[in-house]
Amino acid sequence: MISGMAGTLESNDTMITVTPAEKMSIEVTSVVDAFYHDQIVKVIYDTLLEQKITNISVTCQDKGALDYTIRARLLTAISRMEEQDD
Amino acid sequence: MIRSMLFIPGNNPAMLQNADIFGADAVILDLEDAVSPQEKDAARALVKAYLESVSHQAIKVYIRINGLDTEFYERDLHSVVSDQIDGIVLPKARVGDIEKLLTILYKIESETHMKKTMGIIPIVESAKSVLEIEKLAALSRIQGMLLGAEDLSADMEFERTKIGTEIDYPRAKLAFACKAYKIDAIDTPFTDTNDVNGLIADCQKALNLGLNAKAAIHPNQIETIHDVFSPSPKRIEWAQRVLLAAKKANEQGLGVFSLDGKMIDKPIIERATKIIDAAKKYRLLPVDHA
Amino acid sequence: MLNSLGRVVPDTLRGYTSATAYQSKNRILIPEKAVVTKPLFLDSISAIFDEYHISDGMTLSFHHHLRNGDGVLNAVCQEIKTRGIKHLTIAPSSIFPNNAIIVDLIIAGNITNIRTNYINGPAARPIDDGKLQGLLLMDTHGGRARAIESGDLPIDIAILACPTVDRNGNGSGTEGLSACGTLGYAQSDLRYAKKVILVTDTIVDKVKQIDLDGKYVDAIVQIDSIGDPEGIVSGTTKITKDPVGLKIARDAADFLYQAGVIKPGFSMQTGAGGTSLAVAAAVRKMMITKQIHGSFASGGTNGYYTDLLKEGWVDNLYDVQCFDLEAVRSYRDNSHHIAISASKYGNPYEPNPVVNNLSFVALGATEIDLDFNVNVTTDSLGRLIGGSGGHADTAHGADITIITTTLAKARLPIIKEHVTTITTPGEDVDVLVTERGIAINPRRVDLLEKMKNSNLTIMTISELMAISHQISGIPAAIKEPGKVTGLIVYRDGTILDQLYQRF
Repeated sequence: MISGMAGTLESNDTMITVTPAEKMSIEVTSVVDAFYHDQIVKVIYDTLLEQKITNISVTCQDKGALDYTIRARLLTAISRMEEQDD
Repeated sequence: MIRSMLFIPGNNPAMLQNADIFGADAVILDLEDAVSPQEKDAARALVKAYLESVSHQAIKVYIRINGLDTEFYERDLHSVVSDQIDGIVLPKARVGDIEKLLTILYKIESETHMKKTMGIIPIVESAKSVLEIEKLAALSRIQGMLLGAEDLSADMEFERTKIGTEIDYPRAKLAFACKAYKIDAIDTPFTDTNDVNGLIADCQKALNLGLNAKAAIHPNQIETIHDVFSPSPKRIEWAQRVLLAAKKANEQGLGVFSLDGKMIDKPIIERATKIIDAAKKYRLLPVDHA
Repeated sequence: MLNSLGRVVPDTLRGYTSATAYQSKNRILIPEKAVVTKPLFLDSISAIFDEYHISDGMTLSFHHHLRNGDGVLNAVCQEIKTRGIKHLTIAPSSIFPNNAIIVDLIIAGNITNIRTNYINGPAARPIDDGKLQGLLLMDTHGGRARAIESGDLPIDIAILACPTVDRNGNGSGTEGLSACGTLGYAQSDLRYAKKVILVTDTIVDKVKQIDLDGKYVDAIVQIDSIGDPEGIVSGTTKITKDPVGLKIARDAADFLYQAGVIKPGFSMQTGAGGTSLAVAAAVRKMMITKQIHGSFASGGTNGYYTDLLKEGWVDNLYDVQCFDLEAVRSYRDNSHHIAISASKYGNPYEPNPVVNNLSFVALGATEIDLDFNVNVTTDSLGRLIGGSGGHADTAHGADITIITTTLAKARLPIIKEHVTTITTPGEDVDVLVTERGIAINPRRVDLLEKMKNSNLTIMTISELMAISHQISGIPAAIKEPGKVTGLIVYRDGTILDQLYQRF
């Protein structure tokens, strides 16, 4: 199955897995879930919109990453998925 | 002039988000040796996103890209070259490489309408590079040169030692060339991060040979490097007294005067001025408790 | 009712007014327990229950010198469970992760009230969930001594682990298989409990050094083992290797030097956390390079402190508890390593408690707010993760109280508008040192003045909070809490804050 993965489970990092999907889905688990769950979902959603990608399923296991780390890991995961697709 | 450059692994979010807190005069976000070949894409994206997120940097930021003999360097440059950084640190640099690098930089700078022009810090880490030190130092945009003794030792087939006699020649040559062109002479990192006394001795040796800065591979090394490469409290005090005496002499219309029984002339006053300038820049002037 | 910090406290109790309110009150002392001429020797934990009729509704106290290796509190809990005794109050000076057995006893209603200075581990979870039928009262180390001597915490039976006991009932902390050093936290229990039982695994004819005076001891119980030595000297006694923590520690030491604190004859205490210990190490380096001798260091001690003493950088160590074997040995062999009781350490009503003589204390925080109130009792979700211990005592006593912490932990900012739980009131907290700047409490006009030309990055605590929000984003608000589960008792007995059920 085609998928892309990036990041680690180290502190301050995030591990993101993406797979092609019928419609967009974003699933987030985080060590700071109570405080930043919605913010993390928003960063992922905004990045997908900006990239004009909607047919994707994103799973994010977060260890307290800052927004730019989440964005970078997502973009890497997407490009790794796309490379497989080629 | 800088005293320290701190290497930060480009693919490590925890290190990256604290890159600017250790007081290093410059940081080098590393896409080369600190990143495995499979993670080059991730490091590039992370450094790019990091740079985009910080509004302004209080310290200088350089990126060590992968060498021009790899498949990575072009993508590295297109990802990170921006107004957010001060320049590129180029591994295994040769004179020809700098020209090749400049061509790409010109293109990116104009295409992206950058305000800044990228500086370049070549790493001298092969025998041929050592022979080209003078030529490298004379090129445009070269802001400093960094000695890479570990790779150099492989090329030269000598053993690295803590005492470092084997790199006396490249250190001295680099120092002379950099002084001649008024750019930073940056010493190779000290690799044993637990040996503080070894680091002090290594810094002292580089300082004595005329280098003005040292690269650090661990944040804990910065304080020690600064201790050696900053003007000492004793020197600052001396310089303050020289300048005070010079001011008095000037008021009294004296051209030459003496301090502590020694004749003070123009070169000494210039030296003292440089020391005070550095002390001001690094906030080393004694705190006034009055 | 709101106390002076704006926190809701029960109408029936006295709310906190100020950190110095105790100065206008008199010390209250109940009579010490009757002297015992000949202690009883019992052969099991169970025998204590029979001999002293431990029954529903009683209060049992313990100390935590065996830390995460303690076997005595656990053995007593096991016996309570077996016998099905209900509605007990337990008052251990601290509760550690290895005391997990308490969970079942809370849920079954064997234990309905708890009074302690620190709680970490599984035992805290049912309390967060609202399962404790009564309340959890959280004291400070000095405050617990005050509570006991004043009758505010009446103890029916103190069951005190003691590494070695002799035929006269005298106890020693430095001898035996489970040697743990000083026994400072047990001194008030020893003098004011109605009955005192020492539990030991080693009985000798005569102890070399008396830590628990036999004249107060009603009975001695010998069991196979009072604890696991591995766990006794565990704990956070290693200097952090994290470069961010080390940078904070260096800045804290620099701050203290520039503020004129590190001068001949100064005295110090640091918490046992990695960064706090790194402050001690940075100060030590400063003492050596600048050849500055201090007078004393206090608190829980470990090898870093015993080196200071051994090398002559301080004249004395005042020690309530030992964190490692180095400290145990030093206390045993060095007459300048002096044991103190929790009362002598931090009881506000002692004539001259050690904390009042501190030049500085460096402490940690899980949260700090714009008024400099500090939380080390709960996390930002309000779940119990610790407690004051000596935090509020030393913060009040020391000339300068420095809090060292990173601006955020796993993204979550440490600086809040209001801390979730107040452990130490902001009027006793002077300086916050973080990796991106130092904030001075505006009350300390003297420090602001001294540091105005400093090369350190000094800013307001609001500015620091803004920086952390810029980096992390503003955290979302947590769920509304449920019923009151406990109270934070300030060292003078007034109520600082409440603990709540969390969902």
